[in-house]
Amino acid sequence: MDIPRHTAAAPSSRRSFLRDNPSVMWFMGCLGLFSLIVTILSEGMGIGLISTNLVKVLGMTLCLCLIAIAMDVVWGYCGILSLGHFAFFGLGGYAIGMWLMYARTEIVIRDSLGRGTIPPTELEVSEAVAAQIFGVVGSSELPMIWSFAGSLTFQLGMVVLVPGLLALVFGWLAFRSRVTGVYLSILTQAMTLALSLYLFQNDTGLRGNNGLSGLQNVPGFLSTPQAIISIWFFWASAFALGAGYLLFAWLVSGKFGSVIRAIRDNEARVRFLGYNVEGYKLFVFTVTAIVSGIAGALYYPQAGIINPAEIAPIASIYLAVWVAIGGRGRLYGAVIGAASVSLLSSWLTGGGAPNIDLGFYRVVWTDWWLVLLGLGFVLVTLFFPKGIGGLFDYLVRKQ
Amino acid sequence: MLRLPRFVTLVACLMICAMLRPAPLAAQADTPLQDVLQAVQPLVASPSRATVPQVLAALLDADAPGTVDFLRAWAEREVHERPDDGLFFYARDGADRNLILIDIDTGEVAGDVSSRDVNQIRPNAGVRREINAALVSFELLNPNPDRRMAALAAIARSPDADQIPALESALAAEEEARIALRMERLLDLLNARFATDSATRVDAIEGLRGDISTEARRALNQILQTRADFAPDIPEDTNVARIRTPGEDMDLIAAYATLSDAGLVPPRQGRNAIRDALRLNAVSGEVGGIPVHRLDTDEMRRTAYRALQDAGTVPPLVTQADMEARVAEYIFFDAYLEPDAAVTDAARDALDSTRTAISLWQFLGISLDALSLASIFFLAAIGLAITFGVMRVINMAHGEFIMMGAYTGYVVQTVIPNLTTSLVVAFPLAFAVTFGAGVAMERLVIRHLYTRPLETLLATFGISIALQQLAKNIFGTQARPLTSPDWLAGAIQVNDVVSVASIRVAIFAMALAFLLLLLFILNRTRLGLEVRAVTQNPGMAASMGINPDRINMLTFGLGSGIAGVAGVAIGLVAQVTSEMGANYIVQSFMTVVVGGVGSVFGTLAGATLIGALQKGIEWFNPANTLAAQTYMVLFIILFIQFRPKGIVALKGRAAGD
Amino acid sequence: MSALLEVSGVSVTFDGFRAINNLSISIGEPELRAVIGPNGAGKTTFMDIVTGKTRPDEGRVIWGAQSVDLLKLSESDIAKIGIGRKFQKPTVFEDQSVRDNLAMALKNRRGPLSVLMWKASAQDNTRILELATEIGLTDRLEHRAGDLSHGQKQWLEIGMLLAQDPRLLLVDEPAAGMTPSEREHTTNLLKRAASTRAVMVIEHDMEFIRRLDCRVTVLHEGSVLAEGSLDHVTRNQQVIDVYLGR
Repeated sequence: MDIPRHTAAAPSSRRSFLRDNPSVMWFMGCLGLFSLIVTILSEGMGIGLISTNLVKVLGMTLCLCLIAIAMDVVWGYCGILSLGHFAFFGLGGYAIGMWLMYARTEIVIRDSLGRGTIPPTELEVSEAVAAQIFGVVGSSELPMIWSFAGSLTFQLGMVVLVPGLLALVFGWLAFRSRVTGVYLSILTQAMTLALSLYLFQNDTGLRGNNGLSGLQNVPGFLSTPQAIISIWFFWASAFALGAGYLLFAWLVSGKFGSVIRAIRDNEARVRFLGYNVEGYKLFVFTVTAIVSGIAGALYYPQAGIINPAEIAPIASIYLAVWVAIGGRGRLYGAVIGAASVSLLSSWLTGGGAPNIDLGFYRVVWTDWWLVLLGLGFVLVTLFFPKGIGGLFDYLVRKQ
Repeated sequence: MLRLPRFVTLVACLMICAMLRPAPLAAQADTPLQDVLQAVQPLVASPSRATVPQVLAALLDADAPGTVDFLRAWAEREVHERPDDGLFFYARDGADRNLILIDIDTGEVAGDVSSRDVNQIRPNAGVRREINAALVSFELLNPNPDRRMAALAAIARSPDADQIPALESALAAEEEARIALRMERLLDLLNARFATDSATRVDAIEGLRGDISTEARRALNQILQTRADFAPDIPEDTNVARIRTPGEDMDLIAAYATLSDAGLVPPRQGRNAIRDALRLNAVSGEVGGIPVHRLDTDEMRRTAYRALQDAGTVPPLVTQADMEARVAEYIFFDAYLEPDAAVTDAARDALDSTRTAISLWQFLGISLDALSLASIFFLAAIGLAITFGVMRVINMAHGEFIMMGAYTGYVVQTVIPNLTTSLVVAFPLAFAVTFGAGVAMERLVIRHLYTRPLETLLATFGISIALQQLAKNIFGTQARPLTSPDWLAGAIQVNDVVSVASIRVAIFAMALAFLLLLLFILNRTRLGLEVRAVTQNPGMAASMGINPDRINMLTFGLGSGIAGVAGVAIGLVAQVTSEMGANYIVQSFMTVVVGGVGSVFGTLAGATLIGALQKGIEWFNPANTLAAQTYMVLFIILFIQFRPKGIVALKGRAAGD
Repeated sequence: MSALLEVSGVSVTFDGFRAINNLSISIGEPELRAVIGPNGAGKTTFMDIVTGKTRPDEGRVIWGAQSVDLLKLSESDIAKIGIGRKFQKPTVFEDQSVRDNLAMALKNRRGPLSVLMWKASAQDNTRILELATEIGLTDRLEHRAGDLSHGQKQWLEIGMLLAQDPRLLLVDEPAAGMTPSEREHTTNLLKRAASTRAVMVIEHDMEFIRRLDCRVTVLHEGSVLAEGSLDHVTRNQQVIDVYLGR
């Protein structure tokens, strides 16, 4: 793998994107190979070495890698330490979750009401669906925001629009008043907090702290086994990650990448070059927010449930941790960080790792993993600011 | 009302006895209660309303110890008579359905008998009322003022018309002004509700004007209770509170349903009724000539129903026009349960007169709440104001320092049982612990990151999750209580509307003390001077012999130590959990940023603003604290748009970049 | 020679300290102008005002024949209208190659979308090569800017300024920390640039200014103390007092 900077000999006058960024080809190859191997080993379509559950975990990990590269672009390249991208991720999840939940409930309700002598009216169906979905929060009315929840197209639009618009409005407000650095981080964290508090309320129409559940059941494919569906989502996630990687690699490779890295290094100087720094930041913030929303929309059907706790500020900070551990300012670093830390985390906290008996004390991983992660992260920040990706630089230099 | 004269006689004899009280006092010990009772044995054993006053008079006369207990037991049917000798006993359940008899005077066990061998004395309801009324008078005339106050409190709890004469006579005899005042008030309350003539009641109600106490308002509200009713014409003697217009301030369907419930009109078929009727009348896949599969709209269903209706199989459909016509035949109104309009008018007036006062008091209450919340925010944020505001170091583990302080308090409380002592120990200890932690963190981590603020944020966040999990490993996930000592446990009751928990007052005082202490340290001490020098120009400070390392270390330790002390204080009002710090961190940063970074007064202003705002929003929607928090954060985001440098902004080149 | 930039009656106060006090100054096109003054005379603040970084409390800053009010524009708009600024400390993007630094400064459309779609045209590449030749960095085009020497960074920054093709160049202490031969080169660069546009140089070094051989404005305590040829101002008694102390 090579690093996507121009330290090599002078390139020709017209630069070729892929030739300039060999890491993109490498990455695409690895991703394709990985998808193929997982499919062959899967329960649903292959020889069954990988359980459906693991396929889901891997698919979810790919989604996390996607939001991690988005985070890398906004932080590692553009210098905005956003502590709000997981909120966009969650919003994408909520948008698709509304359709999944509504459409599935509607199918079930129509089925049961249709068994009577007289077919149900539309009103009866929607009332029954509302009662079914909102019974847990003591309501039986369908909130306004669910008006079009039955339409897949509409909700898919929401996956893009809701995070995009929120990022646009918030970013416009924040960048316009020149909030930068740690202040901006705190402000994005406040936004995330406000959103999760909002979603925690029962009367905001998204089922409060119950969240949306049963998202693994895809309407129209209710009888298809999860083993198959999990593979589909895995592919979709792999495709999205590949497409996202290409998009971002292209975004950061040319002059645009130059400008946003320049903004990261010296914002004022870029302004005196005549660039509208705020516009660039807003662009990057919004595009990465949309990609985060899409990642979330693919993640939560595999997770099966989404609730406001997922959006809490801490999640966005973990995202920053992954990217920092993987190595900022290089896309594959973000992927490595997100994949390794989140997989290690689910292995250790999921009880996969054997506990260690020290005789006087029993190390239970579920208890100690976060302590290790926290301290490990401090060490990475202190001693390896370039993260795991920095190792590649080291190896390349050695050659 | 017939029994009233007799009651007055009873009260009269009680009065006389009360006045003669000093005489029997001397003989008190000599006359056991049993003997007094034996003197009127038959009247006690089979009481009737006519004879009760005699017994009461005898009891009063003797004023034997335990009289009140006996009266209560008598009314509660707990007194038993032993037929052999006619003596009275209390009893409690023993083994094998036996009763254990207890001596009335000594309280000692006096035997174990079958329940068949004694007679339970069962006064009827009328007698019991007499006894209870007598009990009240008895207590109201008690020489001990505390007992009299207790009796008044009992009356206030369960007001009753019977108590009026007793209270009146007691008031006449009362010498202590405080108690007399209370009696007058109670008398007003009772008269307002139970007096027989309208003038007395209106008078009494007038006396309650402007009274914001709960009991007064409850009494008035009780007078103003209404019932919903309807009639073709409003009956003569009805005290109407409000006339309702169906379709406007009353649901038309609900109005019609009231009529149909009363059997005055045929019931209306709702959607469900129509569907059920259609289902019942479906014949070979058709209803009224329409195939069932087409009945999936309300319109088709109504068409099918009309077809059935025409065939006479179902009752006719009630249309909107039908409903309007039938409902128009009646007047729907709310009527006061109280028939006397003069009384209800006076009551409404009196209640309205309290409204402004109550709003003002409530506003005061909210302001005090806000102030107390602001103190907590201030305490949580003040440490940050130092580390973030002065040193520009983002410490995401600040919340965990608060948590460490709180757990230190918890540990101290488990070691030292005396709550006051433990608090006295906990505060300095918490400071020491978190000071140490802060210094260690500054030396090991933050020192290396002074030029990389964003990475400080991340590194301290790493420390924060490690500390949080560590606390979870040590103390578990369960919330640990931090108990405040008794002298801080109560509340300062201003009136029925406003009360402040003492602990909150203490926290306010503490926040104030911290503010002063900090201002003193920063502005009046050598350390403060050096801190300001180092933050403004580290190179220059160093060249003047100040050791920036030492100053940074001490400043960070100070900020962390204050967080620890704040943790103990916060632990007293909130749950101590491993996650408590995380709850405060974002708000603390908000407080500092909103207030203006680098200024202690700014933090104060920020805390006040945020506290006031949160309580203010809660005031509009009290049930929903989450919403208040959401809107507060949104407000802060907007606020920063317009004042990016906070309320107390430093100006000029020094503030910038 | 009509005025390209006209600053009149500008004052700015920081926390009670009057950094600029009723300052009026104007420059025509083309012109080379040196601005000198002791520390705290308000030279950098003056540049901050012209480039939009600091808003003055009062006064007017008017640009060009259309009399555009610069105080209403943002920093990036001011840069786009044709004012380039070189900072005292060389500020190039050290992480990026010399070519990328120059490409970013090239006079092209500045919007995010057009930048995203930008491909270096033959014309662009020629221009970059021209600039590189002019600042003497042809063989270092693909090197990290961070690896350049101090003087080379200064040139690169001047090159970036030229790439913007501004009508007015504001240059803050270009010769600081340079070797004599590098100074020579810098002087030539600036003089060449001033043949087609307005160049305003802030400098302490009298020798350097003498070499520039241009009109000199002396600032003191936020306003103009004297203006004229270098010989003229150095004979001015007030200037002597300010520089040498009374």
